[in-house]
Amino acid sequence: MRKRAIAAAAVAAAVSLVVAGCSSSGSGSSSSGATITYWASNQGTSLANDKQVLTPVLDEFTKETGVKVKLEVIGWNDLQTRIQTAVTSGQGPDVLNIGNTWAASLQATGAFLPFDDASMKSIGGSDKFVKTALETGGAPGKPVTSVPLYGLAYGLYYNKKMYSDAGLQPPTTWEELVTAAKKLTTGTQYGFSLAAGSYTENVHFAFINASQNGGEWFDSKGNPTFTQQANIDGIKRYLDLMQTDKVVNPSNAQYDNGVQAVNDFATGKVAMILSQNNADASIVSNGMKSDQYGVVPFPAPEGAKKIASFPAGINLSIFKNTKNKDAALKFVKYMTSESTQGKLAKPYAVLPVLNGVKPGFTDNADEAATFQKIYNDMTKPLPLVPAEDQFENTVGKAMNDMFAKIATGSTVSDADIKTAMQNAQDQVKQSLGG
Amino acid sequence: MSTTTDVRGPATTTPPAAPPKPKRRRPKGWWLPFLLLLPAILFELLIHVVPMLTGIWISFTQLTKFFIANWGEAPFVGFKNYTVALDFTSSIGSGLYKSFFVTVGFTILVVGLSWVLGMSAAVALQGRFRGRSFFRTLFLVPYALPLYAGIITWKFMFQKDTGAINHFLFDNLHLPGDKPFWLIGGNAFWSIVIVAIWRLWPFAFLMLMAGLQSIPTDVYEASAVDGAKPFRQWRAITLPMLRPVNAVLLLVMFLWTFNDFNTPYVLFGSTAQPAAGDLISFHIYNASFLTWNFGSGAAMSVLLLLFLLVVTGIYLLFVNRRNRNA
Repeated sequence: MRKRAIAAAAVAAAVSLVVAGCSSSGSGSSSSGATITYWASNQGTSLANDKQVLTPVLDEFTKETGVKVKLEVIGWNDLQTRIQTAVTSGQGPDVLNIGNTWAASLQATGAFLPFDDASMKSIGGSDKFVKTALETGGAPGKPVTSVPLYGLAYGLYYNKKMYSDAGLQPPTTWEELVTAAKKLTTGTQYGFSLAAGSYTENVHFAFINASQNGGEWFDSKGNPTFTQQANIDGIKRYLDLMQTDKVVNPSNAQYDNGVQAVNDFATGKVAMILSQNNADASIVSNGMKSDQYGVVPFPAPEGAKKIASFPAGINLSIFKNTKNKDAALKFVKYMTSESTQGKLAKPYAVLPVLNGVKPGFTDNADEAATFQKIYNDMTKPLPLVPAEDQFENTVGKAMNDMFAKIATGSTVSDADIKTAMQNAQDQVKQSLGG
Repeated sequence: MSTTTDVRGPATTTPPAAPPKPKRRRPKGWWLPFLLLLPAILFELLIHVVPMLTGIWISFTQLTKFFIANWGEAPFVGFKNYTVALDFTSSIGSGLYKSFFVTVGFTILVVGLSWVLGMSAAVALQGRFRGRSFFRTLFLVPYALPLYAGIITWKFMFQKDTGAINHFLFDNLHLPGDKPFWLIGGNAFWSIVIVAIWRLWPFAFLMLMAGLQSIPTDVYEASAVDGAKPFRQWRAITLPMLRPVNAVLLLVMFLWTFNDFNTPYVLFGSTAQPAAGDLISFHIYNASFLTWNFGSGAAMSVLLLLFLLVVTGIYLLFVNRRNRNA
């Protein structure tokens, strides 16, 4: 009997050891003195730079509220997987940054705290946010599960000197853009640099180019419609910058993040890039001054819809099973306050998401006005459906593959694009239970 | 009662009725081995068996993002995930099918060449000579390096414009033509084969070297007296005497290589995945994570598990039979 008791005790000890190991990460209760974990996305020139920018801001928050913040900065290629893992295991941070295009998808998992009336009120009310920005917070008709933090839009950056040396004007149509890019592609220099190995950049431009043609990626029931001709035409136009126009260095097919293209631009290797306004920080850190480049809206073909971007940006979400809900809400309120936004606008070069705040990301008034105009008048939101992130992943990856094919000497025809889109669509359909 | 005794012949000294079993006293401390095994069994269950069973269960459900925060609610769909994965006319099935063949080619090349390299090096270092231990250590370096560090270094070396390999081939050796891409397009296959061999062959070398130590030298001496040349010695002595080592070595290398996830994941990154280097574990990972479709990914994993079990079973049957006949 005694022996059995010893054995039972051993089993119990082993089990409790294991269980304790699994659940040791959540601790603390609401109110001051708590520690919250915050996952920040990579907004600065590097992960280290992000830490540098955020640390004083977070210290200030700790001083004000007594809540400590454990910061982790996560790169874009890992962020989504990290979030998936956190949702699956239920072991996530308290507060995290998300790409605002994922908002409806992440909302569908049910793992994030809906900002109902009470929560919204505690962070300062929905009226403080710009409407376009807040609409990215989740699917229409439901309480949002994320609130805007940074506003971003795509613009076409061009090197002023290269343009004036070639006697060119900034392009207002796609045709002008291609002509200029061809003229600016010489032996040592390319007209354009694209992050052609980055699935996020690629899918964004698949979307923008297709939208200019009137393409839609989902029908009203949320089912994918990737193979529409308008989508295929839009993708083809973008791929052709490398394939037939040859204004992009094939090596760009290995650029797996936007910063590499930005560096090429800032160091004078290329005349143009497409980037969100946060490129400014990287451009300046590479030694290019803000009066040496100009920004215009990404032009559409003659007669097409003048869509130059989507309301891009970063949103803040709270994990539903946080043990520090009050502290997390306080933190969201602090991060979306006018003073914090003011502090972060410049280092991150982001557009304001709060009403009545002037863009403070650049001293260049023209550039600020251009981006504000793009953000306010020339955007179409990415589909606000649960399968949006699957659209990004599958179409983005297909784009990567097609650029790789072009770079290694094969050609990508309309039929190839259609096959790739059919493939992506099948995967999304299956995961929706179709 | 005693009818059973006639098979044993005439020696029927046993009493007609079995006496009541004496209560066998368990030796003191009988429970100690069990107690010592307990943690291992517990962790084996926790780390291998439970996740595997969970995976099998998931493969019968439609575990997508809508249920991921609460697995229990994922609807049961029977064999649907399996029929989709095995429907080779659909894009999902044909993707899996292509990936399977890429992996077969990859495995044959990597295991075959690693074995040849390992065997050559082990035999070359069999005799005593100055510097032998230096070479032994040198050859084991790839095995000792942390996996990620090694593969990331290869990733740098395989870059098109800035990589050491293209620099060496085209800037130093002045090969004609343009610098090729190594990590995208068709060359991705050769890149991953090279990296995998670099990683695997020291293991073959280590195992075969250990195996060679157990072959008595007088066998070689006797054969040399009979006039056997080195190659004949290798074929007639080394190879047969290493058979037990080879049987295990090839199986282990096959399983590791067929299942290899780290090499493609680190070499190509989690987002880019060239069709030519689309190994099956990586393919399944992407099939699950790109679309949050974990039921489908689990079904593919179970299929992979079944395939590996069948191959292993056939292999062991074959090897054992040959051993018995030998």
